[in-house]
Amino acid sequence: MNVLHFVGAFFGDSAHWHGYDGIPTRLLEHLRYSLIALGVAAAVGLPAGLLTGHTGRGGNVLAFIATAARALPSFGLLVLMFILFGFGLVPVMIPLVVLAVPPILVTTYEAMRSVDPSPVDAARGMGMSEARILFQVELPVALPVVLGGLRTAAVQIVSTATIAAYVSLGGLGRYIMDGLYQHDYEKVVGGATLVAALALVTLALFWAAGRLTVSPGVRRRG
Amino acid sequence: MIRIDGVTKRYPDGTVAVDRLSLDIPDGAITVFVGPSGCGKTTTLRMINRMVEPSEGRILIDGEDSRRQPVNTLRRSMGYVIQNAGLFQHRTIVDNIATVPRLLGWSKEKARSRARELMERVGLDGSLAKRYPYQLSGGQQQRVGVARALAADPPVLLMDEPFSAVDPVVRKGLQDELLRIQAELGKTIVFVTHDIDEAVKLGTMVAVMRTGGRLAQYAPPAELLSDPADAFVEDFLGADRGIRRLSFFPSAELELLTGPVAAAGTGRTAARDTGDAPYLLVTDADGRPLGWAEPGLPTDGPVDPGRLLPCGRPFVAGQDSLRAALDCAVLSPTGWAVAVDGSGRVAGVVSQQAIGEAIRAAHAGGRSDGADTGASAKVAG
Repeated sequence: MNVLHFVGAFFGDSAHWHGYDGIPTRLLEHLRYSLIALGVAAAVGLPAGLLTGHTGRGGNVLAFIATAARALPSFGLLVLMFILFGFGLVPVMIPLVVLAVPPILVTTYEAMRSVDPSPVDAARGMGMSEARILFQVELPVALPVVLGGLRTAAVQIVSTATIAAYVSLGGLGRYIMDGLYQHDYEKVVGGATLVAALALVTLALFWAAGRLTVSPGVRRRG
Repeated sequence: MIRIDGVTKRYPDGTVAVDRLSLDIPDGAITVFVGPSGCGKTTTLRMINRMVEPSEGRILIDGEDSRRQPVNTLRRSMGYVIQNAGLFQHRTIVDNIATVPRLLGWSKEKARSRARELMERVGLDGSLAKRYPYQLSGGQQQRVGVARALAADPPVLLMDEPFSAVDPVVRKGLQDELLRIQAELGKTIVFVTHDIDEAVKLGTMVAVMRTGGRLAQYAPPAELLSDPADAFVEDFLGADRGIRRLSFFPSAELELLTGPVAAAGTGRTAARDTGDAPYLLVTDADGRPLGWAEPGLPTDGPVDPGRLLPCGRPFVAGQDSLRAALDCAVLSPTGWAVAVDGSGRVAGVVSQQAIGEAIRAAHAGGRSDGADTGASAKVAG
């Protein structure tokens, strides 16, 4: 009776591969929650981080918001939102977004602030517009770190999205939650393994995105 | 022409960076702003392309107020070079140089072919085109910075301490290159430095500024060295301004003696007869200097190249300045300087004493014509 035995048994059981409680369904549900949460968090965090980083204003406010958001426990927030909004996707998305915004926001801000000021000065002196300076001078150099923030957020979302099962939604957390109730450890371990694997795949995807989008002139500096 | 008209820059905290500055920057020449840190020289430069907006006064470009046109249009019409080059590390060298043409809407192909043309002009090997900035040395990066500023062929070039972060040997190369480019292209260059030697070397006109953002003196470098306006300028020019000023006097007036010169292996009697130098300069068969023969040797028979004193670095007659000639004489073990022609053959020898007389003569004449010929009389070396 070891963990590997549980893993083998879980994935070897053909009943786990189809139906509304099958692995493909749960995986797609989990991906859906994660992508929506990451999308919303990026839509909030990236523009705010890029703008404050570019102008250099609002850094203190930003640090305060990020610290406050980090102090909120995801699980407590989930329960609170469930009480407020009832059953549905919204109470799950709010804690996930609150969890993911700080790493995106703070890292993007820091990445933009750490860009060497002299190319920016040169660009401005050559008559580049502020938008061009942001997107064509600062962002390409800040990109590896910005991607790092998104990656951290994505991995946290993927692992934390399991809490959706607590409020009767699907996702990979279903296996863990149900397994715990039913004392079915095979299910618990199987679900946890899937979550871990998905987190690793997420890391790999971000690594590939970095290789594709970061200029070799920047990448060397790591 | 760029006219700075009563310009003051005052910051909200009350600091005055530039104080009622007025001067005209001539077209097609290098105007250098020089002074200690905090004298407002960089602020002045940055007000020309409106990176800093003046609090009072105005800047006229060819008679038109610089605020009349959109700020980015103004900036695109002026090349901008800064310390450490400020290259875009995510772009290749060729794309860095092509930046402003691309901003002006040129096609990628046209902008890149222009960029390659400029790489050649600033002395960069074409094989570097596809490299990234981190793969280049500091001096090469600065050349890219100059090429990038020249890419859209702007009439004006603003250069903010562009060479101060590279080592002295590389800096000298970059300065010579800038003078060459300026001679070829005739740009209006505004150059900021804290190095008075750089200012004297590069400037057609030099504006010396003092702390508090006030203009101390605005003059061609030769005039600056001969007639510093006050104790501040004199002090800033340093202790050896008399020697440095000799750079502006040509060596063409020096009377060269050819008597005490003889080729190795030839008879020495004739040379001895005409020369009044205690030493004899021995040359090879092509007339290039080998060294000085010591006195007290037999007065006849062939010249023996065996025991010679080194003759040091010669100066090029007519082309080098009196400063170079004096330097040769000072370094020569015999106290005599060796003059060569453009191809390195001996043109004659001249004593320290004769150079001293030429310096006195030049000083006597230089003061009167220094004012009108100005820095155009600057001599190489």
